[in-house]
Amino acid sequence: MSTPEGPRRVRVTSPRTSAARRPIIPTGTREIDEQTRLGEIYMLSLVQSQLRLTLAVIAGVLLVLGSIPLLFWLVPPTRTLSIFGLPLPWVILGILVYPVVYVAARVYVRNAERIEAEFTEFVGRK
Amino acid sequence: MSPAISLSAIGLVVAATIGIGLFGLRISRTTSDFYVASRAVSPRWNASAISGEYLSAASFLGVAGLVLVNGADMLWFSVGYTVGYLMLLVLVAAPLRRSGAYTLPDFAETRFESAAVRRICAGLVVGIGTLYLLPQLHGAGLAVQTVTGAPPQVGAMIVAVIVVINVAAGGMRSITFVQAFQYWLKLTALAAPIFVILLAWHQPTGVLDSLHGAAAAWAEPLSRAGGRDHPLYATYSLLLALCFGTMGLPHVLVRFYTNPDGRAARRTTVVVLALLGLFYLFPPMYAVLGRTFAPDLVASGGDTVVLELPGRVFPGTAGDLLGALVAAGAFAAFLSTSSGLTVAIAGVIDQDLLRSRLREWTGGDYIAVNSFRIAALIAMVVPYLAFTVTGSLSLADTVGLAFALAASTFCPLLVLGIWWRRMSTTGAAAGLVVGGIAASAAALIHVAGAPQGGWPRALVGQPAAWTMPLAFITVIVVSKLTPDRIPAGTARSMVRLHTPEAVDVDRGLPPR
Repeated sequence: MSTPEGPRRVRVTSPRTSAARRPIIPTGTREIDEQTRLGEIYMLSLVQSQLRLTLAVIAGVLLVLGSIPLLFWLVPPTRTLSIFGLPLPWVILGILVYPVVYVAARVYVRNAERIEAEFTEFVGRK
Repeated sequence: MSPAISLSAIGLVVAATIGIGLFGLRISRTTSDFYVASRAVSPRWNASAISGEYLSAASFLGVAGLVLVNGADMLWFSVGYTVGYLMLLVLVAAPLRRSGAYTLPDFAETRFESAAVRRICAGLVVGIGTLYLLPQLHGAGLAVQTVTGAPPQVGAMIVAVIVVINVAAGGMRSITFVQAFQYWLKLTALAAPIFVILLAWHQPTGVLDSLHGAAAAWAEPLSRAGGRDHPLYATYSLLLALCFGTMGLPHVLVRFYTNPDGRAARRTTVVVLALLGLFYLFPPMYAVLGRTFAPDLVASGGDTVVLELPGRVFPGTAGDLLGALVAAGAFAAFLSTSSGLTVAIAGVIDQDLLRSRLREWTGGDYIAVNSFRIAALIAMVVPYLAFTVTGSLSLADTVGLAFALAASTFCPLLVLGIWWRRMSTTGAAAGLVVGGIAASAAALIHVAGAPQGGWPRALVGQPAAWTMPLAFITVIVVSKLTPDRIPAGTARSMVRLHTPEAVDVDRGLPPR
């Protein structure tokens, strides 16, 4: 029957037969384009999950940053506390803030891209 | 300090800026070249360019001067300038890039479908840009005065003329590489003297003397050094203004368009945060060293500490060379920020104010490019006149007022416009007007002659803590009252702003 050498000969035909086929593209984008209720819900869920992420980052950063002046205000010894020969306020505001902000940005971008990838998978690519 | 060496260093920076600009003119001839060409630029180059444009006279000279004079509370300036980019990243970066708008008035018009809102935005761009150009000219005057002893008008005039020539000639189309080069020049110019001082000092502990002991009260936060009342309020208000004002600066949005898509806009911003953090490690060191080596500058306002410190620590040739490097870096700061601002302001003056008038006056017999050139001239003449009237303001303070105005107007417009689908056109206009009037009234009172002390001075000097919530509340309340004025295309706008480029949907964008 089948010979071990070479691929088997196949017949190539056009997929287009007499009946029109149903489009195989995902319909999520069409729901959005036509602004159906379903499309609105897709968009609402995308915007809301992005907004939740954004608000979480802002709340975290402002809570951390905002508590620093309050700490200096309420606990005066922290104003002059010395760490490695530098006063604590200078260590925090002059050095530590920057890597923390950078890490927050990295975490945000990773999560925002994950949300977008999931949305793209869900409603369908180009 | 030797004027000859410093002046030649400044001359080199100016020549390099104009040279790269003119070379760029040859390879890019149309307006879209600027954008399209930039899309070949990697996020790292783009981030260098954004940082190069963003780090202005206020960052290069002003922060060190403020910390020197007013102490540790002023460290919040550099923190706020950086966190402002984080807020921009999480709130507006990707949606702004996806909006398809080149300028803030463009964004306002497509989102709110209103020519009136567009015109208010145009006026605000000119206002904020002028407030931001003022300290650049002031810094340039200060730098030339420190180096040569010439009156401050000379340096301001030099920067004004070069920027107008460069922008009007179209040279800033190659802006990405000029700005990127200027970031690294600024970082080198600021870092090199510090490294040389730290290496040359045999007992490194002596360098930190000003932070400890009996005379170290200035190094404590909330110390009221420099006679600032209500330091806790001022700190929070400053933090708010800087965090939420960055996204509303006129030259920031244009730069975002050079990213190929929303995802790249985010990634570029992350690199910008790293570059800004690296840069801002250095200004506080100038303040600490300045307290030891140049204590007399505390009384004279401090803005020249970055320029004068190398010469104070190393009298002689080494100091001259380092001083020349710093002066060159400072000029890079004035030129890059001023050019970016002038391009942004001139674009708005040209599109929204000048072109239709010119058409009227000349009966259509004008060339569009000339309109932009006249606009560039106007964009610089106004702040130059304002500079000659107001001489003595601290660099970073004036910039703080520009940030407060941006945080009270464009921040609510962008944040609510991007995330809140029930915002009405009337609400947008009301928020811009109320926030704009409140913040610019505070700025005007502060510039014209601030109250002597107590709460009035604190509220006027750092207005963002009350003007920004006021603007947000105005937008929300007025939008709730006028639900019939919600733009008809809001749903499509949300699709455009938020869906990733990989999804093939109708974004309602006109074909470009």
